[in-house]
Amino acid sequence: MDFNDTPQEADFRAEVRRWLEANATERRSREDKFGAGLNEAEYLAAARAWQARKAAAGYAAIAAPKAMGGLGGTPAMQVVYGQEEAKFLVPDRVFEISLGTAIPTVAMWGTPEQKEKYLAPAFRGDHIWCALLSEPSAGSDLGNLRTRATRDGDEWVISGQKVWTSGAHFAQFGILLARSDWDSPKSKGLTMFIVDMKTPGIDVRPIHQASDEYHFNEVFLNDVRIPDSQRLGPEGQGWKVMLSTLMQERFALGNNFSGDLYAQLIGLAQASQWNGAPAVENATVRAGIADAYIRQFGVELIVRRGMSAISKGENPGPEMAAVKLVGARAFQTGGALAIELGGAEGLIAAQDLGAEWRLPQLLWISAPGARIAGGTDEIQKNTIAEQVLGLPAEARTDRDMPFRELVH
Amino acid sequence: MNFDFSEDQRRLQEEVRRVLTDVSTSAEVRTVLDGAAAYSAKTWRNLADLGALGIAIPENLGGTGLGHLELCLVAEEAGRTLAAVPLLSSIYLAAEVIKLAGSEAQKSDWLPRIANGDVIATAVIDPRTQTLAKDQSLTFANGALTGMIDALPDGMVANIAVLLVDDRLVLVDLAAPGVTRTPRASLDPSRPLAKLTFAGVAAEELAMGNATSIARRVTLGAAVLLAFEQVGGAERTLYAARDYVLERRAFGRVIGSFQSVKHKLADMFAAIEVARAHAWFGAWAMATDATELPRAAAAARVAATDAYTLAAEEGLHLHGGIGYTWEMDCHMHLRRARWLGQIIGTHHLWRETLAAALIGEAA
Repeated sequence: MDFNDTPQEADFRAEVRRWLEANATERRSREDKFGAGLNEAEYLAAARAWQARKAAAGYAAIAAPKAMGGLGGTPAMQVVYGQEEAKFLVPDRVFEISLGTAIPTVAMWGTPEQKEKYLAPAFRGDHIWCALLSEPSAGSDLGNLRTRATRDGDEWVISGQKVWTSGAHFAQFGILLARSDWDSPKSKGLTMFIVDMKTPGIDVRPIHQASDEYHFNEVFLNDVRIPDSQRLGPEGQGWKVMLSTLMQERFALGNNFSGDLYAQLIGLAQASQWNGAPAVENATVRAGIADAYIRQFGVELIVRRGMSAISKGENPGPEMAAVKLVGARAFQTGGALAIELGGAEGLIAAQDLGAEWRLPQLLWISAPGARIAGGTDEIQKNTIAEQVLGLPAEARTDRDMPFRELVH
Repeated sequence: MNFDFSEDQRRLQEEVRRVLTDVSTSAEVRTVLDGAAAYSAKTWRNLADLGALGIAIPENLGGTGLGHLELCLVAEEAGRTLAAVPLLSSIYLAAEVIKLAGSEAQKSDWLPRIANGDVIATAVIDPRTQTLAKDQSLTFANGALTGMIDALPDGMVANIAVLLVDDRLVLVDLAAPGVTRTPRASLDPSRPLAKLTFAGVAAEELAMGNATSIARRVTLGAAVLLAFEQVGGAERTLYAARDYVLERRAFGRVIGSFQSVKHKLADMFAAIEVARAHAWFGAWAMATDATELPRAAAAARVAATDAYTLAAEEGLHLHGGIGYTWEMDCHMHLRRARWLGQIIGTHHLWRETLAAALIGEAA
């Protein structure tokens, strides 16, 4: 048992480190950000320039085969790169769905022509992709989606509405799941498509989130015509294609829960006064710091177990299923404790109170979203109960009925 | 990164599991629970014959000469099978103290006999800051031990006691004149307790090194080892409950198909995985003598206590009425979870230990 690299991993880490030092700025504090002060257009341009440099060095698709334009490396090398890159200022979120969700799906299901056309530009950042999956009536129950795909000669005509589409307002392409057969049961009549976001009939409207941010969009699709050559995977197999997509997303999310919330709590508790003494001396606060560490570092240790499996060429174990459930909760309780440290003054927003309060406040207001996105707490628990513990699946009255009969 | 046990360590764990599953059965644990025995001599003998008791004791001192990682896996299996044996007092505490604080003579005198199971030790080496006593009554002067200590694990069967007295580590032969032992009914009768009084009993000091820092380090190690026992026990209760809810029917279906039941089991699973992750980190810190040991051990102790408590309480609950009978093992886990979670200080105390370590590291 150790936390060391294998010799190959150590060599690759050193190589990556040298490249990052020559091409990026090292992060100095947790408040340091890539592209600070840029507007969205400038930020995107800077992000694309960064991605192009990364792709030219071969790091945009480390684990993808060389034939697809990747580096032909191992998943462990991908993990090593990610660990080193996290120490530098690089774009946040811009390529997450593109390279974490959409492009792996194209790589897995695309025709040779589609892969030739789409992979390299996405690796370079010329194209950014979104994933048009969730709908107003299809969140956790994604199989309930109602966007209609109707065949018309060599084309498909798509109509419906997508929601919670991350990055749709700046993406050039999207993968899109729609219902092509209304007489089959809900998950059987779906087909996946590749859609050019400039196609007439697409209307993207940003969602004003509870956090006062705009990361997601509603996407309205009105008689959007897609050639059949843009179909991704077989007709009627969209559910299977989508499952492989969500597997990617779940793994990508699992990497996001490290950090140092407990260390921030300690700093804030040292600076806050409770009953005339530093809050860090208060027993309740100290127990809260301990609990924040147990959840947060516990999740990080579970991820390290997963990385160890990857390093040995194995798949991570079932314990990974606990990561998002525990991690999102840790954000919510830890963020709340941080804010509580300041009492009434803790209610002052970070722009007026001080930069050290920004991340805890952001965690607190983002946590409800983290507990919903990528599978709610309840869906995570069902997954653990059914897939890890072998308990019966939820009763489903709608699974075998023609979808047409389910729509009221 | 290799945050995992090795193939050899896994094979060893499987062997210990195989033997303990055969030997430390519910019926065997119940001989101690019901008061017919003070510990399971059969389980103890089997662990000794496997080399498990001396697994972290050097070969030249009668041990197997492996290490703490292997001892952690023995602990996990002992916890899984509710082994009614003095592992904490003899192996996790006394043997470790003698290894670090004993003279060569003391080590070669006691460790081979502890490793082969012939000598059983009881031990209290944490300062017992959570106590009902108004003042510490033990004193050690001029080679003689005087006073009383209560709630000693395995105090009735132990041959020797290793105690922290006024910042000194003391080894006392319990067969010596002046020792009075009184059994104390334990909330987990499969892990018995005793009150010992000493009237000027001849005792020897374990004087190598700094006693308080050795006692501290061994206590941290015991926290890690108990965390493995707790994780083993918690996992056993999780899967016992899982098996039961797949059999038991109500309202025309197995109760394991109800979402409230599924989610409870999922919560138990998540708590156990967090505890296991911290226990592993504690094992690494103990085995490598890492500077992270205080926070790693404290986090393992708290997370594993929380996980076993949750799993034992909810595991019993999921069995319904039948779970609340003496015949079912559910209450044995409830009792063991309580005993393990409290015998070297509660989660309250260890949360404070963890916070102090984290705040100290941040300074």
